[in-house]
Amino acid sequence: MLRLPEYRYHQPRALAEALSLLVEHQGDVMPVAGGTDLIPNMKHRLFEPGHLVALKRVEELKGIHEENGHLRLGATETLTDVAESRVVRGCFPALAEAAGHVAGPQLRNMATIGGNLCLETRCTYYNQTAFWRQALGYCLKKDGSICHVTKVGRKCVAAHSADTPPVLAVLDAVAVLEGPQGRREVPVGDFFVADGIANTRREPGELVTEIRVPLGPRTRRAAYAKLRQRNSIDFPLLTVAVSADMDRDLTVHELKGVVTGLGARPRELAGWSEIARGHVLDDDLIDALAERALAQCHPLENMIVDPEWRRAMVPVYIRKALRRLF
Amino acid sequence: MAHRAVTTSMPMPRATDVVRLRVNGDLYEVGVPAHYTLLEALRYELLLTGSKQGCDKGDCGACTVIIDGRATLSCLTPVHEAEERDVVTVEGLASADGPHPLQDEFDLKGAAQCGFCTPGILCSAAALLARTPDPSRDEIREALAGNLCRCTGYTKIFEAVEGAAARLRVE
Repeated sequence: MLRLPEYRYHQPRALAEALSLLVEHQGDVMPVAGGTDLIPNMKHRLFEPGHLVALKRVEELKGIHEENGHLRLGATETLTDVAESRVVRGCFPALAEAAGHVAGPQLRNMATIGGNLCLETRCTYYNQTAFWRQALGYCLKKDGSICHVTKVGRKCVAAHSADTPPVLAVLDAVAVLEGPQGRREVPVGDFFVADGIANTRREPGELVTEIRVPLGPRTRRAAYAKLRQRNSIDFPLLTVAVSADMDRDLTVHELKGVVTGLGARPRELAGWSEIARGHVLDDDLIDALAERALAQCHPLENMIVDPEWRRAMVPVYIRKALRRLF
Repeated sequence: MAHRAVTTSMPMPRATDVVRLRVNGDLYEVGVPAHYTLLEALRYELLLTGSKQGCDKGDCGACTVIIDGRATLSCLTPVHEAEERDVVTVEGLASADGPHPLQDEFDLKGAAQCGFCTPGILCSAAALLARTPDPSRDEIREALAGNLCRCTGYTKIFEAVEGAAARLRVE
């Protein structure tokens, strides 16, 4: 039995009310949407806020629809809603697929797209009960000063483990944030920082209110591939998202790849467009891109699987994702 | 010697909030500690102990209930989140006339061994059949992907769901 620490539960119906609750209880408050990430973390005593501001009843955070050349995803739409949405499946099948492969069905019925964007980083030495963590003297990310992964490092290397952000990044999606300082837009590709302790640019008083995905050129395609131990419920050990603007004969104009599940933030693969631009996406080009990706990916022992195996899977999953672009 | 072991160092929390829940069609007004999950409210306040407290962190699916038609993990649902919504637990599946066809088929096909995962699986399966009356084997697999069973393997469970789906289509 894992009991929650005590808190007061606030259920605002309007965004302004939610934001003012975050200001009112500053320093002792967290927002919660689906709760599938935060509630287990609270049960593990990784967070113990005295107040929770629930977002599921806030009207402004709902809705999936096209507007002004974008697809607007309200932050509290569930992953099931995103995966099953006719408009998402029609415009961005790779996004629907990624949302539909997060965790298991009950979790997708609860978890939200905004929550997936803000998912807490994960590590073998972090996602454990307080008793377990105490036995090891805690860790750099929470309550301690030693990183059990790197042994010497002063920087937390807990892994970004969400499925939809890499797909959103290759689709040039933008996160809309609202807070006491007003509204701002941050491209999903710039939303994350390389710090496992707090890996997003969201300020504590801010909320992700919606995600906007540009409808973009009709020639653009995206695909995604994911490695995990059990296909039914597990977090990803590696997620690859790719997008390409191509001619009918598969001549590449623009190509993007983002991998995650390795370090604290999703990594955009460098040098891909230079290799690919003007060339036909054939097996030789796919091999060259996979090799280029492998040189940039260095998994750590932050998950309880062999990092060498995870590294060996990088080119395999890059090829898998690229072949799905055809 | 009659002696009851103390299993937790934490004191039982005191009720601070009154919540209104609709569970299996019945309305309850119940006092709970503000930080209770729906599962804790069901088991400790309403004494509906069919929903099981397994991993208690969203991995195993033993606590699955149906909220507004969708399979949901009650161990991760703050109790206030269930207010103004329609909760169905395994206790709500049977009718006055007899067991739900799913329950009957689980019995006939031998789809339960220790039985700990069964209430959650029945709820996931009932939510599936309400939306998809004639599911394929793959759709059943997908719908039950979040329910772990460590005894049986899943074949008999899938067969039982198929059997119940066929019976429900005839009724």
